[in-house]
Amino acid sequence: MATTADTFQAHAEDHHHDADHKPSFFARWFMSTNHKDIGTLYLIFAICAGLIGGAFSGMMRMELAEPGIQYLGSFAKLFGESNPDFTESLHLWNTLITAHGLIMVFFTVMPAMIGGFGNWFVPIMIGAPDMAFPRMNNISFWLTVAGFCSLMTSAFVPGGTGLGAGVGWTVYAPLSTTGSPGPAVDFAIFSLHLAGAGSIMGAINFITTIFNMRAPGMTLHKMPLFVWSILVTAFLLLLALPVLAAAITMLITDRNFGTTFFDPSGGGDPLLYQHLFWFFGHPEVYIMILPGFGMISQIVSTFSKKPVFGYLGMAYAMVAIGVVGFIVWAHHMYTTGLSEDVKIYFTAATMVIAVPTGIKIFSWIATMWGGSLEFKSPMIWAIGFIFLFTVGGVTGVVLANGGIDDNLQDTYYVVAHFHYVLSMGAVTSLFAGFYYWFPKMSGRMYSEWLANIHFAVFFVGVNLVFFPMHFLGMDGMPRRIPDYTPAFAYWNHLETIGYWITAGSIGLFLLNILYTFTMGKKAEGNYWGEGATTLEWTLSSPPPFHQFETLPVIEDSGHH
Amino acid sequence: MNFGENVRSKLNYLSGLAIALPLALLPRLAFAQGAPDSAAAPAAPSYTPYGPDMIKGQPTPGGVWFQTQHSPVGKDALWMHDTFLAPTIIGISLLVLVLLIYVVLRYNKWANPVPSKVSHNTTLEVLWTGIPILILITIAVPSINLLVEQYQSPPKNAVTVKATGSQWYWTYSYPDNGGFEVVSNMLPDDQAVAKGLPPQLAVDHRMVVPAGVPIRLQTTGADVIHSFSVPSLWFKLDAVPGRINERLLEIDEPGIYYGQCSELCGARHGYMPIAVEAVPMERFKQWVLSQGGTINDKEDIVPAGAQAASAPAAAPAKPDNSQA
Repeated sequence: MATTADTFQAHAEDHHHDADHKPSFFARWFMSTNHKDIGTLYLIFAICAGLIGGAFSGMMRMELAEPGIQYLGSFAKLFGESNPDFTESLHLWNTLITAHGLIMVFFTVMPAMIGGFGNWFVPIMIGAPDMAFPRMNNISFWLTVAGFCSLMTSAFVPGGTGLGAGVGWTVYAPLSTTGSPGPAVDFAIFSLHLAGAGSIMGAINFITTIFNMRAPGMTLHKMPLFVWSILVTAFLLLLALPVLAAAITMLITDRNFGTTFFDPSGGGDPLLYQHLFWFFGHPEVYIMILPGFGMISQIVSTFSKKPVFGYLGMAYAMVAIGVVGFIVWAHHMYTTGLSEDVKIYFTAATMVIAVPTGIKIFSWIATMWGGSLEFKSPMIWAIGFIFLFTVGGVTGVVLANGGIDDNLQDTYYVVAHFHYVLSMGAVTSLFAGFYYWFPKMSGRMYSEWLANIHFAVFFVGVNLVFFPMHFLGMDGMPRRIPDYTPAFAYWNHLETIGYWITAGSIGLFLLNILYTFTMGKKAEGNYWGEGATTLEWTLSSPPPFHQFETLPVIEDSGHH
Repeated sequence: MNFGENVRSKLNYLSGLAIALPLALLPRLAFAQGAPDSAAAPAAPSYTPYGPDMIKGQPTPGGVWFQTQHSPVGKDALWMHDTFLAPTIIGISLLVLVLLIYVVLRYNKWANPVPSKVSHNTTLEVLWTGIPILILITIAVPSINLLVEQYQSPPKNAVTVKATGSQWYWTYSYPDNGGFEVVSNMLPDDQAVAKGLPPQLAVDHRMVVPAGVPIRLQTTGADVIHSFSVPSLWFKLDAVPGRINERLLEIDEPGIYYGQCSELCGARHGYMPIAVEAVPMERFKQWVLSQGGTINDKEDIVPAGAQAASAPAAAPAKPDNSQA
């Protein structure tokens, strides 16, 4: 596992050497081959990108607070448009929504869950000293950063009727081909190539690590559920991302090299793009939530002081979600003119996914049932997750029905659904995981009191932003519009107030991080007590630079 | 109305009469076939669009539910949602909430200091797999029935309207009525308000269709993908370049029904609304003629029980253009 570079000494298998010896600053942070450091880099990156993505959504909510266009002109000037006309200002709206979506999906949730927590804790949880390919691990991170830079560049260059890529995170053709002249969409597409390559390599790394580097005695059926979640996620990434790569490469060639894959005038079909995109796009949403499921399992078990209920059911429910997730993509295309049988099939298949997901929800509750619950902040976030994800999940069942979706597709009902499962599912699981593991990573305890206020304010804020969107969608408000008829004003105004409350809660979060680093108490190896039974709790906080140079042996004590 | 409009409307009525009389006397009078230019038929009847009092399909201020439905499909879909889906999802959410609250109160560490080690219960696992499956099947049956209903083909004699989405307006063409086109742009907010119409929804020329009869609605895109949507009619169909999508649309009663483009199509995606004006068949014919279109004998079929209240008794002997 040791790699050598000129600037730091090679590690030998000698037990007496310092397992905590760290390379110099530049080598350590810019040429890292350490899974914990790379995990830290990903987490810092994800937080920064999340703040930018959240700022974009703030700009959007400011504009939507009242009917009429108030801010888009000034915002367009911020991006470098001198004297924007009305159409250029409106174009910026589309740039904002596109950037918000791409940032949150590819540069916040995925890096935090997989790159951040996955890298930090998968090797430790299976008793491995590092990932299978430590140097490739680093490449994955820096490719993700490069992708983000490309996306940021796209916002400041022309993209059609204004600055930036105004195509939605879904980048549908022909809007993204003939409909968006200029370099902005090319930069946005390229950012997905880079980030996607990083993720594919990360997937290879995780699969190899999990299959080959488990410590003696750790069979697959003894692995912590978080490791299972990363394993399934890695397979989804491996199989789905190449299809995205193909689809967006075809966009690039249609835009720049005269092909007509998606142009009917050359025999192409815009719907081909949608099939290819969503074949990736649906597994992508499970990629974003499965690691969250894994973290919630660990947290609920720890703070109930009980093993997770129905371990095998939980593990294989995740496998089922992953597998079925590959055969439901066209439920994103219900209004495109699918044939009757196709629409019926996708309706039925999509509804099937509710079954394994329901198994998980009930199993978490059953884990808590009979336990001895302690309400530390991670547990409060986890309980919030279980309820909020359920609300998001059931609106998904509504949308799964093709005939019903006809009146909800491209409305705010869809926006409500996916923000419930993402802003309230994925994000609460990220905060839960963060508070669960932050003292382990940093060596210091956070402020429990601040964390609870963070939860309370966040909970009120996000529900105020997103619950009324169900109403707006049912009442007919379409997505992706910067202005609306006054009938929609009431809920929109309330939602903007909710945004400011949510933004305030993020401020509390950042304050808590500052507090931890300046005044936080030192954290012990196992600061959660008897309920924390996975291997990271046997190490110091933070763990040594290299752990498990002698592999631990896993006794036959049952599942985690 | 001002004096000029008053006079003009009376003159229009008289000139309409002047056409009707010779028509009654000369049944074979031929109109120019397929000539949409209204200048070629200088005596075409004028048409006064419905006023704001006829708006039936628009969002409710502060609304929390679907708009009132005005089509058979819409009524069935709303029934399915309100009877099966909404109670199920609200019930499941409340069940999970109640279970969580119970668990928090009953099994916190003060109330239950010693945790149990139970991590399996096959009966429970079978139940919480099997019951959701049953619930999903119960939902799937009406859901698939709804899809079958939505996919009924329009009958051969349905009025055809083709909606073409462009950046950033709609064009409605009527291939069965001589192929004339209506270009529909959003009205600026101040003009909409001046007419008592909702801003961001009102248009200059609405898509006029007959109420109470099947309509064949086709959509296509001229440049990028758009989507033709009318929430109060439970209708949404993407307008894709290189493709003609088609679906049956039936509107129960005359009125104005609003919708908006529902696929991101560029800067003014939010500025290309849809306004459908459903009118009794006779009034539809009047409108077709006012647009320079031709009446097709398909539309002479009066549907059972339709527009009894609003239309004057149709004169079956009224001569029609019968040139093929």
